[in-house]
Amino acid sequence: MSENCVIKCSNVSIRYITGDFKSIGLKEYIVRRLSGKYRVCEFWADKDVTFELNRGDMLGIIGTNGAGKSTLLKAVSGIMVPTLGKMRVTGKIAALLELTSGFDGDLTVKENTFLRGAMLGYTKKFMCEMYDSIIAFAELGEFQDRPFKQLSSGMKSRLAFAIACLVNPDILILDEVLSVGDGAFRRKSHDKMNEILAKGITGILVSHSIPQVREMCNKILWLDHGRQIVFSDDVETACDAYEMFLNNKKLPENEAEIKSAAASFRALSRQKAESASAKKHAEAKKLLAENVDGDVVKLAIDILKKHRPESLAEELR
Amino acid sequence: MKILTVVSEHRFLFEELVKRDFKDKYKRTVLGMVWSILLPLFTLLIMKIVFSNFFGRSIEHFTIYLFCGNLLFAYFRESTHVGMSALLGNASIFTKINIPKYLFLLSRNVSSLINFGINLCVFFVFCMIDKIDFSWNFFTLLYPVICLLIFNLGVGFILSALYIFFRDIQYLYDVFTMLLMYMSAIFYSVKSFPEEYQKFFLCNPVYVYISYFREVVLDGNIPGLMLHLLAAGYALGALLIGAWFYKKFNKKFLYYV
Repeated sequence: MSENCVIKCSNVSIRYITGDFKSIGLKEYIVRRLSGKYRVCEFWADKDVTFELNRGDMLGIIGTNGAGKSTLLKAVSGIMVPTLGKMRVTGKIAALLELTSGFDGDLTVKENTFLRGAMLGYTKKFMCEMYDSIIAFAELGEFQDRPFKQLSSGMKSRLAFAIACLVNPDILILDEVLSVGDGAFRRKSHDKMNEILAKGITGILVSHSIPQVREMCNKILWLDHGRQIVFSDDVETACDAYEMFLNNKKLPENEAEIKSAAASFRALSRQKAESASAKKHAEAKKLLAENVDGDVVKLAIDILKKHRPESLAEELR
Repeated sequence: MKILTVVSEHRFLFEELVKRDFKDKYKRTVLGMVWSILLPLFTLLIMKIVFSNFFGRSIEHFTIYLFCGNLLFAYFRESTHVGMSALLGNASIFTKINIPKYLFLLSRNVSSLINFGINLCVFFVFCMIDKIDFSWNFFTLLYPVICLLIFNLGVGFILSALYIFFRDIQYLYDVFTMLLMYMSAIFYSVKSFPEEYQKFFLCNPVYVYISYFREVVLDGNIPGLMLHLLAAGYALGALLIGAWFYKKFNKKFLYYV
């Protein structure tokens, strides 16, 4: 393990047990045991996942629902222990998993803020100092003394994000947290996140937004049904291949297939872009040629030229 | 010892959890607090009315005798009862954030301890009214209280772990506490049993704590070594088993919630 290595995850497999044992109660348990109907199923949420992160890395984890992303994060944050394999983590972790759970509906917003802050390991002094800026960031100034259950779900996640992003950890885990709130808040939270990451901490981002992953990550891990498809620092290729996979549902089996999938995705998107611009082209030409109401069209083009030149076909600019 | 260092590390979290459990319990009402004093008094009143004719004549200071039993048993019942759901009720937290799980149980026990403290004060007021002689011996009452506190924590650990696996434990436990209550000699005296049967009562931890109390308060004596050892033994035994449960299943609880 090199000095720089912050997270080393070697051949980690995580097994869930599911089946009869859950909430059946003692009586039912004994009955089923006696009648031989007691079944426990195993289910591997992650199989043989290996990756390594150095200080300052930002890892993007992609994959469809049920790919084992959140389970892997639980192992990284220490909530779960890998069934097989080893997970070595050095440094303080802040895991932002499923932000809004764990709040208490009957407590007020203020009380919940302190409770959550305490859970994330902040000190009391720190929370007292930061409280006002948390509320300001979440834009919940007038709701401070309302019971938490009266907030809208967007407000809840805004508060959760605002508390969580104060963190000053060595490792930051973000599970779908950048997609909360409305557009304006999302931009704000995105900026805030970039600000935190710029401090050179190590991050793991789980996201279904591929453009976001492309923009923020320098390493990528693609999981599918617990299997590791690829771990590399070639984010663009992996993202292209993943988007191709989302299109045609064909899972690439090896590196060559990933490359070809990425290539075909690029070809596809180029083709799409071309046909889209060709279509626009044709429409514009038609409009000009027909000259239904020439003056109106020309006026409209003038306005667009001034304000949104990029929306016009090239020869009109 | 390790628990204490972890608690001091997580002091702020612990404080906040206690505050939350307190507010959840009393729903911010003043009457909520008053109820927790009134309820034991009502129980006492009813028992006094019902049992005075049967047992009251043979037992001196019958009201205090009843109160001793009720006070300790109610503390045991309440503390273990709220402790049982400590894990499951906080499942949404410990499956997302990695914090020591026993903090949830400790914080719930704080409110029942405070409750017990209030009722203990009421108890002493009753003692004064009933002209019980206060002596320095009363300070030894701290010993059974601490033992009972530890015992309650241990039972709480065991129950909250079991409750995660088997949800119907709560009904079984209700039946069990009822049985235990009748076996704790709350409203009768063990002296009415033959000598050789009286020993069996000592198998019941709650009875041990109750009889310690009675010996100090009603007889003015400090109990013998036997009772001291039993009191501490039960407390440590329960705590060890509970701690073992938590250690063993610490990372497995989350599969069951």
